[in-house]
Amino acid sequence: MNDQTLFSVFFSAMVVNNFTLAMFLGLCPFMGVSARVETALRMGLANIFVLVLTSLSAWVLNTFILETVPYLRIISFIIVVASLVQIVEMAVKKMSPTLFRQLGIFLPLMTTNCAIFGLAIFQTNRGYGLMQGITFAVGAGLGLTLALVLMASIRESVEFSDVPSIARGTGLVLIIAGTLSMAFMGFAGLL
Amino acid sequence: MRKTTPSQDFIRGIWNENPVLIQMLGLCPALAVTNSVANALAMSAATFFVICCSSVLISTCKKFIPHEVRISSYILVIATFVTLADMLLQAYAPVQHKELGAFIALIVVNCMILGRQEAFSAKNSVFRSLLDAIGTGIGFTIALVMMGGFREILGEGRFLGYSLFGPNFEPWVIMVLPAGGFLTLGFILLAMGFFEQRKKAKTEQAVEVSS
Repeated sequence: MNDQTLFSVFFSAMVVNNFTLAMFLGLCPFMGVSARVETALRMGLANIFVLVLTSLSAWVLNTFILETVPYLRIISFIIVVASLVQIVEMAVKKMSPTLFRQLGIFLPLMTTNCAIFGLAIFQTNRGYGLMQGITFAVGAGLGLTLALVLMASIRESVEFSDVPSIARGTGLVLIIAGTLSMAFMGFAGLL
Repeated sequence: MRKTTPSQDFIRGIWNENPVLIQMLGLCPALAVTNSVANALAMSAATFFVICCSSVLISTCKKFIPHEVRISSYILVIATFVTLADMLLQAYAPVQHKELGAFIALIVVNCMILGRQEAFSAKNSVFRSLLDAIGTGIGFTIALVMMGGFREILGEGRFLGYSLFGPNFEPWVIMVLPAGGFLTLGFILLAMGFFEQRKKAKTEQAVEVSS
């Protein structure tokens, strides 16, 4: 059991150990969906939702089932993540078709988003309890959203500037990400 | 789908369609664990093991896997081999296992592996799937070791733990920190873009001269 305070869990997940910029989790949407601020924001919000659900399920699995069969952890977590994403997809489709259309392909793609699977693994490795786990999930989700929106705003303004032709595309995105990551390093002293 | 020869299956993953540098798949491990060459090697070895085993198994069983649940079946097969790799590393390389930590488990969600199963093993024979998996695995290893090399040499002045420049070298600490991962891959891509463009310009010139 880990006795870190909720605030430090939250703040560490959101800013100091930002999932995308410091731990390299969830890079696929970070590269793929960060072209427009609006899509980035929606993607981030959907992520927070799935992250919290995953954290809850991982806690249930850890407390009641995996005690006796620890070697099934990776397999059971990936099944939980895959079925959660499926359920969320169906629920969103039923309840709000508009949102479903806006999110498009990004919803099903969340299954292979390392941030979500990574959250379950990190939560287990650090021995977080129920409340800590949920705080961790919310913090991580907000951190992802923050990184996505920052990146999208920078990319929107870069679009109209005169970039040398060799740097167009992924190379430039990676260097911007490196700069952002450097900026986030400044928070390291806070905790 | 165009037909390819077995040697093309093998070479393609190594260079022309290098999973990390060209296709931008499996970026998470490529950036997260390449702060030293030893970690990059351990990660590549684990990924290599997983991709080869799952390619062979999936291409063997491709007739029995129903089309509707194929993705979930692939994920399950991959997860099983990742668990094996995790245990093997823990037993034989405990130091590296501790350094890599959760990133071994994260091989499951490496899109590169699932991508190869869906794009290749599900349609081709066992032998060619194995060749394709080995090629892709080597391509992944090259990319990871290259990044790990750059970051360790510049960030610590060492290669595989051996000191290179003596005590007067001032290490670029930024390279072993997360930001260095993004920057290294970014600059490698810039260099590749530069050479690509120069090659293109040269062929264009050659065409002009010949015409």
